[in-house]
Amino acid sequence: MKGMTIIVRKVTQFIAPIIFLFGLYIVFYGHLTPGGGFAGGVIMASAFILQILANGEILDKLRQEESGLEFLESGAILGFLIIAGLGLIISSSFVFFSNFINKGIVGKLLSAGMIPLENIIVGTEVCAAITTIFIALVVFKDEVAL
Amino acid sequence: MEIYLIIMLILMICGSLFSLHAKDLLSAVISYGIVGFGLVISFLLLQAPDLAIVQVVIEIVTLVIMIAVIKDTTEVQDKQTASFSQFIYLLVLLLFTIAFYLAFDKISGSLSPFGQHTTRMATAYTQGVHETGSANLVTGIVFGFRGYDTLGEATVLFTAVIGVLTILRLKGKKGE
Repeated sequence: MKGMTIIVRKVTQFIAPIIFLFGLYIVFYGHLTPGGGFAGGVIMASAFILQILANGEILDKLRQEESGLEFLESGAILGFLIIAGLGLIISSSFVFFSNFINKGIVGKLLSAGMIPLENIIVGTEVCAAITTIFIALVVFKDEVAL
Repeated sequence: MEIYLIIMLILMICGSLFSLHAKDLLSAVISYGIVGFGLVISFLLLQAPDLAIVQVVIEIVTLVIMIAVIKDTTEVQDKQTASFSQFIYLLVLLLFTIAFYLAFDKISGSLSPFGQHTTRMATAYTQGVHETGSANLVTGIVFGFRGYDTLGEATVLFTAVIGVLTILRLKGKKGE
């Protein structure tokens, strides 16, 4: 895959971190403002997609990233299951997905028990999944050309 | 507010019609974007910002992927010529439109107002702020009351990635 001109690369250098930061904000404040794990994860993935499209000729690096992303995605979904199972084991009510951490005050950043944790895990999973799909489309297409 | 919604819907229908009749695939995909972004504005008008955020980002990502695919493949679509069969299609379309209009006219008169019998669960959910502790009700429902749903959605995404990797990978991971 070919990269783009120097104008696009420089603008991408400035914009991609801001998009990534906005995605992190959406994930971390998911229990207070609109958004959540899915939306924030896709926003973070779009920052990576922008980078890949702008600087395209780093194919060998991308191939290494792919296995790391697969690991991240599988680990995130395993963590989601573990968090759901913790509710079954630890809490007194013995319910899957039981929210046993202290709820705190409604409206504060550290509140709502396990919901922020689940938001972060789902955000990681969605970000890794969509970036993996995009990298797969890019890398394997170039493998065919070679 | 309803008049804005109707304008957006008409715009979306026009966009999808144009994308059906566009000359090349690139303009078809871009005009299909009208449908997605119109849907975003419709969600905002219906006061669903959570859905609007997800929809706008997904729309951008799919548009980028589709344009990337079309840039690498053929750009001109094979055009079908108008013939006698199109006249029959139009006739069937007209018949079905009239039939559906009459049916919905009959049905919507005899139904109870929207949400009358389905709000028992919804009232339980709206009181759930004190149970989940989440100020954003949608996240509270998605991760609290509907945890199994979220687990299923995450699994669907996981399965999709496995499918893409399995189909697209030609060489083995170790190399040959």
